[in-house]
Amino acid sequence: MGGAGHGHAVYRERLTPLHVVPSHVKLVAVVSFVFVVVATPGTWYPAFAGYLVILCVVGAIARLTIGFVVPRLVVEIPFVIFALLLPFVAKGSQIEFLGMSVSEAGLLAGVALLMKATLSVIASIVFASTTSPREMCRGLERLRLPQIMVQILTFMLRYVDVVGGELRRMRIARESRAFTARHLGHLKVLGHSAGALFIRSYERGERVHLAMLSRGYTGTLPVMEQERVATSMWLRALAVPAAALAVLLGSWAFS
Amino acid sequence: MTDAESQDTDAVTDSAHEPSLAMSGVAYAYPDGHQALFGVDLLIKQGERVALLGPNGAGKTTLVLHLNGILTPGAGVVHVGGLEVAKPNLTEIRRRVGIVFQDPDDQLFMPTVREDVAFGPANLGLRGSELAKRVESALDAVGMAEFADRAPHHLSFGQRRRVAVATVLSMEPEILVLDEPSSNLDPASRRELAEILTGLPITLLMVTHDLPYAAQLCSRSVILDEGTIVADRRTGDLLTDADTLARHRLELPFGFDPLAAKAAMQ
Repeated sequence: MGGAGHGHAVYRERLTPLHVVPSHVKLVAVVSFVFVVVATPGTWYPAFAGYLVILCVVGAIARLTIGFVVPRLVVEIPFVIFALLLPFVAKGSQIEFLGMSVSEAGLLAGVALLMKATLSVIASIVFASTTSPREMCRGLERLRLPQIMVQILTFMLRYVDVVGGELRRMRIARESRAFTARHLGHLKVLGHSAGALFIRSYERGERVHLAMLSRGYTGTLPVMEQERVATSMWLRALAVPAAALAVLLGSWAFS
Repeated sequence: MTDAESQDTDAVTDSAHEPSLAMSGVAYAYPDGHQALFGVDLLIKQGERVALLGPNGAGKTTLVLHLNGILTPGAGVVHVGGLEVAKPNLTEIRRRVGIVFQDPDDQLFMPTVREDVAFGPANLGLRGSELAKRVESALDAVGMAEFADRAPHHLSFGQRRRVAVATVLSMEPEILVLDEPSSNLDPASRRELAEILTGLPITLLMVTHDLPYAAQLCSRSVILDEGTIVADRRTGDLLTDADTLARHRLELPFGFDPLAAKAAMQ
């Protein structure tokens, strides 16, 4: 079988001071950091520069390179498009910018949106590259996300490659019989494939459930060992949003 | 297999005189009216290794699902180690009957091998070091201990099948039930699995079309066809009975000499 689809695009298995921090602690730190970023008034540019410095330090500790982080910023593109549109669609006083007449309020809002989104996405990339998808599920479980949602996420992780493999085999089987989607009429064929994939997945779900029942499943996944999290881990992770908060308060004091 | 038999009867302490599996008069019809089983009687003593043979659609899988109470017979009873398969006993029944399903991707649903092998015993209430010990010894038994922290989809098919066996061994079952254990395995994985299964001191029921595999692993074979047991003999005798095999759509692979296999089994 081909090796495609193996491994995960963002997570990198390494041993850095960030990898060893329990996932739920990191998650709390990332979310707090993002809250501080979002709460910062859009024109406090020095504060945003400070956040970027913090992220650079954290990224360096996680041994991430710019070449690793930048291509993964593409998830931000919808925000970028929205931010670029804002100066043109917003109302209010118009100013000259790069030879174009744009809305001042829109331009400021666009820049602020771009900065906040970029910083938040970088923080998420740092988190995702130092936390395996499995650990993320565990982290959510420890943060008391309802069991049923943790189970759905866990199964999705387990079966995404299996379903992906089925999809790939169906495509190969189609193409081996000289099929390529060339015009809209071919959507019907793709629709049949999607339907077949759904039914196969549904039937697999039934078989998995049967296998689970056969091993005594009664509705809850057994909770694995719960290690106590050392205070030092919390301190290490929360130092990041704390630093951001210090930057925010510092620029507030100066403004 | 007499070695395994004596070894196993020594190892068993509770319910030592009860057969591992006793089915009597088991009949079953699916809700849509299709009847799959017509009064099955089957007795498997402790430590016995039995192959359940039969053509596609004979009712083999339906029979297997009766062993641990996934399906409830319309008539007849099933006992596992002397305990009746019935609602109040289901947890204990599911501990006693370890079913390894055909597709390891159905069996292995947890993110790592370790968690999957721990799933059964954890459902039985085991925790901590006791649970870890179960997982370790089950993985040792199938030679997969070093893969404990791997994700199932990063293993080869043969390795996944072995882990699937470990996931039920960790429940210390009374009887191990394997659905088509040799299907989709390459020759080396097939041999490795046979070696592992031979070494397990446990009662075995193996559902298969693979007659040489049955000859290699099971001293006794039963044929299920159209929902009833139509033959129950020593595997060597059955495989040399070409008429019976042909009547039930069973065939030996090209070039396989049942007489030589029979001689090798004795």
